[in-house]
Amino acid sequence: MTGSPQPDFRTRLQDWLPKLVLAPSFAVTIFFVYGFILFTVILSFTGSKMLPLWKFVGLSNYSKLWALENWNTAIVNIGIFAGLYITICMGVGLMLAIFLDQKIRGEGMLRPIYLYPMALSFIVTGTAWKWFLDPGIGLEHILQSWGWTSFHFTWIKDGDFAIYCIVIAAVWQTSGFVMSMFLAGLRGIDNEILKAAQIDGASTPQLYRRIVIPLLRPAFMSAFVILAHLSVKSYDLVIALTGGGPGRDTELPATFMYSYTFTRNQMGVGASSAVIMLMTVAAIMVPYIYAELKEKA
Amino acid sequence: MRGFFGKTMTAAAVLAMTTSFARATDVEVLHWWTSGGEAAALNVLKDMLAGQGIGWVDMPVAGGGGEAAMTTLKARVNAGDAPTSVQMLGFDIQDWAEQGSLGNLDEVAAKEGWDAVIPAALQRFAKYDGHWVSAPVNVHSTNWVWINKAALDKTGLAVPTNWDELVTVLDKMKEAGITPIAHGGQPWQDATVFDSMVLAQGVDFYNKAFVELDPEALGGAQMAEAFDHFIKLSSYLDANFSNRDWNLASAMVIKGEAGMQIMGDWAKGEFLKAGQKPGADFVCIRFPGTQGAVSFNSDQFAMFNVDGDDKKAAQLAMAQAIESPTFQSAFNVVKGSVPARTDVPDTDFDDCGKKGIADLAEANAKGSLVGSMAHGHAAPAAVKNAAYDVITGAMNGKFASGTEAATALAAAVAAAK
Amino acid sequence: MSAVAQESAAGTGRAARAGIQLVLVLFALFYLLPLYVMGVNSFKPLSEITGGNMMALPQVWTLEAWGAAWSTAQIGVEPTGLRPYFLNSILMVVPAVAISTILGALNGYVLTKWRFRGDKWVFGLMLFSCFIPFQIVLIPMAVTLGKLGLAGSVPGLVLVHVVYGLGFTTLYFRNYYAAFPTELVRAAQIDGAGFFRIFWRILLPVSGPIAVVSVIWQFTNIWNDFLFGASFGGTSQPMTVALNNLVQSSTGVKEYNVHFAGAILAALPTLVVYIVAGRYFVRGLMAGSVKG
Repeated sequence: MTGSPQPDFRTRLQDWLPKLVLAPSFAVTIFFVYGFILFTVILSFTGSKMLPLWKFVGLSNYSKLWALENWNTAIVNIGIFAGLYITICMGVGLMLAIFLDQKIRGEGMLRPIYLYPMALSFIVTGTAWKWFLDPGIGLEHILQSWGWTSFHFTWIKDGDFAIYCIVIAAVWQTSGFVMSMFLAGLRGIDNEILKAAQIDGASTPQLYRRIVIPLLRPAFMSAFVILAHLSVKSYDLVIALTGGGPGRDTELPATFMYSYTFTRNQMGVGASSAVIMLMTVAAIMVPYIYAELKEKA
Repeated sequence: MRGFFGKTMTAAAVLAMTTSFARATDVEVLHWWTSGGEAAALNVLKDMLAGQGIGWVDMPVAGGGGEAAMTTLKARVNAGDAPTSVQMLGFDIQDWAEQGSLGNLDEVAAKEGWDAVIPAALQRFAKYDGHWVSAPVNVHSTNWVWINKAALDKTGLAVPTNWDELVTVLDKMKEAGITPIAHGGQPWQDATVFDSMVLAQGVDFYNKAFVELDPEALGGAQMAEAFDHFIKLSSYLDANFSNRDWNLASAMVIKGEAGMQIMGDWAKGEFLKAGQKPGADFVCIRFPGTQGAVSFNSDQFAMFNVDGDDKKAAQLAMAQAIESPTFQSAFNVVKGSVPARTDVPDTDFDDCGKKGIADLAEANAKGSLVGSMAHGHAAPAAVKNAAYDVITGAMNGKFASGTEAATALAAAVAAAK
Repeated sequence: MSAVAQESAAGTGRAARAGIQLVLVLFALFYLLPLYVMGVNSFKPLSEITGGNMMALPQVWTLEAWGAAWSTAQIGVEPTGLRPYFLNSILMVVPAVAISTILGALNGYVLTKWRFRGDKWVFGLMLFSCFIPFQIVLIPMAVTLGKLGLAGSVPGLVLVHVVYGLGFTTLYFRNYYAAFPTELVRAAQIDGAGFFRIFWRILLPVSGPIAVVSVIWQFTNIWNDFLFGASFGGTSQPMTVALNNLVQSSTGVKEYNVHFAGAILAALPTLVVYIVAGRYFVRGLMAGSVKG
């Protein structure tokens, strides 16, 4: 394109235009994302309490952080939560997508029903869930009043199990979305491949296991990215459902960071927890992004 | 409604044009009294100011007992756009004053004689470095017990006045097949109950442990006993208490499913709204062993630095209106709390309100008016939340004995100090 | 509907099909449950809720709670209901969604059809920005908005939402355009068409499905945002903040029926978007973002 020794202004503009168009987006990302991350990193080395205070204290926030029981609870919880949430969402999503793809009656009705929870914010859906999971007025109460008196479901009141209630509600919210992604993937598969396999005598389960599911790899990757991002950001879910309780047994890193930064006036400790979170996210995401970019080279 | 809408939009537009055109005599108020009675009570103040030609720009942000509003405030201050006035509790006021963000109300305080009529315990928060920075609206107190009259009558016992009598009443209620104590297992509610346990150990001990944060008091035998009592109380709850809203716990007492609730005076509103009469349907007492002492928390309006004489004048007018006896009475009758000044007539208050006013005056005179730990009036936020962790742990069976819990409390407070 | 699905379905036994249908319906019930709880309770008088069974149908049906939530419930000092806040949300959501989608489309176009050295780095950096937890940007964002004179204003909120939505919209459009044959773009270039002309004439007309995905995603996220709205909304608070003010009360009486009615009202726009555009959504996902 730049072959001629004296390109006129128009050609040069055409060369630069794409970069000019991209530049504002890139610039705001650098400033508002990476600039602010840098800000947080610096903040984590300061003794900031209520407002940012540029008095450096070295690594003491980090050592404080790891000594806090709440933080360790949060770490264990995010492991349980993210692991289960991502796995179950994908499992449920894939199952529903495969089932829906069987030319089922009422697909047009079912699909929006599966998808709608994604549209609701947890500010009040949380209350509905809280009631439903509450043994005194919810599921346990109802089944018992229907005569199943030995039925017990007290997870939300039990420190060791409450985190699973958060998983249930989170799965409720996003599994329909994941279903959509898989359904889209299924519908995008070239029928010829499947026909050929069927002619070779593959049974339906074999067909799915050997051919369809491997072909859904991109959908799995996209779903993983979205679910991983949502699980790291899970905040309002916990606040609405358990408020971090019973005790502080359902603390997650996001709730931890928020409370230390904004309500406990230990901004330095809060910032250091944010840095750890970002590092963890980077450790998971960078290989994915790298692979993604390499593949499409 | 149209009017408000129009005003909101204008205000938005004005703010968009970098605030310089804002109506000179507006006060912008950030608060978390957003629902029902609380917001209606605040409307009294709005109307009083409107009478003086001062507009009210409302900035309500509810959630977490003011936590969400405090986050918004941090954003506003960092943006260099602090509101005129912010609802605030205890140590937050002192923290903001330390940052140099608050204005000075000495002029109006001197004119109105605040020093004489506002209890010293409140002044400790409303004044910084000897200057008034904040206007107290009310005094809530946490060491109340709300008892269902019918449930109490069923036990055939009198109103309990000490720990042993209380345990007897609770046992009798249990025998009678009702849940003795209605409680919601949220950290702030757990801590509200625990306030009373510590206060029952004596005012001096309370101050030593929760205000001076003396490690020996925090980890000592008296604290262990307070925790033992607390753990004992947790055995009188239903299995289902965790994360219950406090007002659903009140509803249990109102309906007679539960015998009593240990909760601050805001619970009264639930009883009154359900059509119950103090004395006839429910009984309000101080937690057994704490009569004569009051653990309080006080909502205040902290006044931020504002630019310009007319804005300053509007701010001072707001402070003056807040402390006027008319507003104090009208507001607190609705809110369930008692006036922040001791010379307001109690004629409009119900029996529990009258008792609250008398108790406050008595405690103020005797020096037994103490800041509530649970509500951030005894120790700063970091310490309060560290204490919450231990108290909530005790309520949820994390500790085998009071001694163990007390040791944990001393350690947690030391780490947060 | 894929032909093979039909065939595999024909191969599946009748019992298996009935089983599948049953599972799907059971899951539908699971998804509908919270909405049912919110729905029935919003039609009950308050006494029936605090006293009774949350699953039961109302004994007395009343629209009182709905009226209150919309126009008379106390939100702050004014008994305005959610009504005035609705417009605030619209004023914020529409420009924010439009701008972030348009920028995302242009970015995707540049990153796939006008590639340059380092374009992958640019994209990688933008993609990673999707994962930043919003709580950590609150303070520096406040300082920045203050400096820009945008604190507490609708334009400020629009800026915030555009900035943190760009990563996703760029991702969607980039993956979509990647599947579009570059030869067509080159051919148009040889014919003398410029950068914007090619975008306008060739790529935009086929962008419908992915634009739907981007709009749905952005609309939902921005409409439901609370943190930014509460922090930077100033006096033009969006609907979620008002809803939160309605349902959160520290020491006041909780009117659950009004809360639920308010919650459904606040969610209506997103629900409508999902139901109306839902089918295009799957189509859009199919067309682009989940392809390799």
